Amino acid sequence: MELTGADILVKCLQDEGIEYIFGYPGGAALHIYDALYKQDEVRHILVRHEQGATHAADGYTRSTGKTGVVLVTSGPGVTNTVTGIATAFMDSIPMVVITAQVPSHLIGDDAFQEVDTVGITRPCVKHNFLVKDVNDIATTMKKAFYLAHSGRPGPVVVDVPKDLTAQKAEYHYPENVDMRSYQPQTRGHAKQVERGVDLLLQAKRPIIYTGGGVVLGEASEPLREMVDLLKFPSTSTLMGIGSIDPDNPNYLGWLGMHGTYESNMAMHGCDVMFAIGARFDDRVTGELAKFAPNARIIQIDIDPSSIGKNVAVEVPIVGDCKEVLTQMLPLLKARTDEIDRPAVDDWWKQIDEWRSLKSFSYEKSDVVIKPQHVVETICNITNGEAFVASDVGQHQMWAAQHYQFDRPRRWVNSGGLGTMGFGLPAAMGIQLGNPDSVVACITGDASIIMCIQELSTCLQYGLPIKVVNLNNRYMGMVRQWQEFFYDRRYSHSYMDALPDFVKVAESFGHVGMLIDKPQDLESGLQEAFAMKDRLVFVDVMTDHTENVYPMIAAGKGHNEMHLKPGQEEQQERELA
Amino acid sequence: MRHIISVLLENESGALSRVAGLFSARGYNIESLTVAPTDDPSLSRMTIVTSGTDQIIEQITKQLNKLIEVVKLIDLTDGQHIERELMLVKVVADGNDQREEIKRLIDIFRGRIIDVTDSSYTLEMTGNSEKVDAFIEALAHIEIIEVVRSGISGIGRGKRALKI
Repeated sequence: MELTGADILVKCLQDEGIEYIFGYPGGAALHIYDALYKQDEVRHILVRHEQGATHAADGYTRSTGKTGVVLVTSGPGVTNTVTGIATAFMDSIPMVVITAQVPSHLIGDDAFQEVDTVGITRPCVKHNFLVKDVNDIATTMKKAFYLAHSGRPGPVVVDVPKDLTAQKAEYHYPENVDMRSYQPQTRGHAKQVERGVDLLLQAKRPIIYTGGGVVLGEASEPLREMVDLLKFPSTSTLMGIGSIDPDNPNYLGWLGMHGTYESNMAMHGCDVMFAIGARFDDRVTGELAKFAPNARIIQIDIDPSSIGKNVAVEVPIVGDCKEVLTQMLPLLKARTDEIDRPAVDDWWKQIDEWRSLKSFSYEKSDVVIKPQHVVETICNITNGEAFVASDVGQHQMWAAQHYQFDRPRRWVNSGGLGTMGFGLPAAMGIQLGNPDSVVACITGDASIIMCIQELSTCLQYGLPIKVVNLNNRYMGMVRQWQEFFYDRRYSHSYMDALPDFVKVAESFGHVGMLIDKPQDLESGLQEAFAMKDRLVFVDVMTDHTENVYPMIAAGKGHNEMHLKPGQEEQQERELA
Repeated sequence: MRHIISVLLENESGALSRVAGLFSARGYNIESLTVAPTDDPSLSRMTIVTSGTDQIIEQITKQLNKLIEVVKLIDLTDGQHIERELMLVKVVADGNDQREEIKRLIDIFRGRIIDVTDSSYTLEMTGNSEKVDAFIEALAHIEIIEVVRSGISGIGRGKRALKI
């Protein structure tokens, strides 16, 4: 049967099993919107700004593992998605973004609402397509979904000129895709896997360092099995949080600029490092010249270009984390007696000393609300089972430090690009993908305003998100850097003229709450989380002088962490 | 060190800009880049001359391989190879002496005169980059009007081939 290009696009989404599409209509997309109107299999979520659509699709994907889909119109519709596409790209999140384009004959004419979509998005997509023939729409969509979720995942843009969406073609959705130029390698090379096992078992001071690849590759189970088997100290990046249960005694917490002291010190002192789905990002490594000076490194990554990019790797293993770990497990099981237990025990003694410092601890107060306390209270109220989306800044670090995530895909944040404004729309996608779960958006007064218009979307679709605003009247992380490194010259980091967030929430049709006394914190948050079917915006006035500790400053190594005031002196006394 | 990377890629619009964009976004050098379809019209072959440390070259090849349209590539400088560049030079050719000198020079370099006017010659010559450079140096006393160089094309020696 012949269908219009617009109907074909929608049919592709149906055949791909897509539940939700996040979008915003406009001239060039009208045929597609008309096709959406005539069906009810794919539910369209109307956002208030295209950036919100991409973050929502992104949050949906991160929390469910299913590919998120976005639909926008040409021109500004496209440019507004760029931040969201780049956010997904940096964290390797699969996403398909359908962008309408001006009619073919107008392309290149500087037509109304025309931009070079393929050109603008090229550096921040895994791949993009400009469809040139209505007969190519279905195969292009199939390729787009295949590319988005296979190999190292990422966003894929499909740009469709308006005239093609009106033309007709036979519809046939291909079952499979075969691309001679794209054959991701998922199984680890047997010889390399064996070399990896050999080196790992030789370790006297091992560290297992895992990243977002473990979450994306659903490799948490074999990872946990391996950690329990080897009983080696293990850490995770910000993106890998939840891969290992925080209660596991082998888990040192997450590492990097604001990670635990013990994880960073263990990275620095290790003799064998096993990197799994982690890319040695600069926020993780600190100064490269000082990075893990004695480490011999084994690395699993599905993307060969992530291996040896900034740190030399002795045993590279290209492959899918889950598949390679599953290959390794039986080999390791058969050879656990080779582990140098006395040496590893000594290593643990050292690590436990570092651990006893409790680098995430903070001083509670009766006078001002400590932001860390807010996160801890949320964690208690939700039994550590909520999905938490964060924005970017101090609150993001505190959320990661003080909420205990015991499984992957619960912690959703923009780690690579660091996109302020990500949290609220991401929480919408999470709530849609997990309608029966508690979804909290831990945000800050600067971040939340960047996409606050999405409160309107939340009302339209009845999304009962709990927005907790750690309101310190500053861009806290900027202020912190200015305090530490710019002699307290707080240049433009004070958020003057903030709105009354309670009224803002109420005017959008939600419940607004203000908490400004430590005594009211727990009862207030309890009240908020008890409102199961309402979005509650909780504006919490927090201590604006609080800083995120510990911290690795720019140019410093893992063993040069700044601890919170008082702790450094205590540590020096103990060492003496 | 200088490397010549040969790339087979899908002959699709936009593929060239992906490669060029990759080099500029990641700050890699391009000395020259040539591209044209092969005997199989669905494939283009690109020759990129670049330079960098071993680590950078490794990243360049990995990043190129990561581009969805790239089918296969080799670093020609890893083994024996032949490289050629085509140059067209238009020079002032006034008077018998000068015209004779240019003819002698182009003969020595095994090039050809491909266009003649009463005041100019257009010369064609091929060779590796050193030969082409040497020819330009040899033209020191001749007034050059314009120079066009194709950039390097390369191929492996003997059985070494880049094909699918």
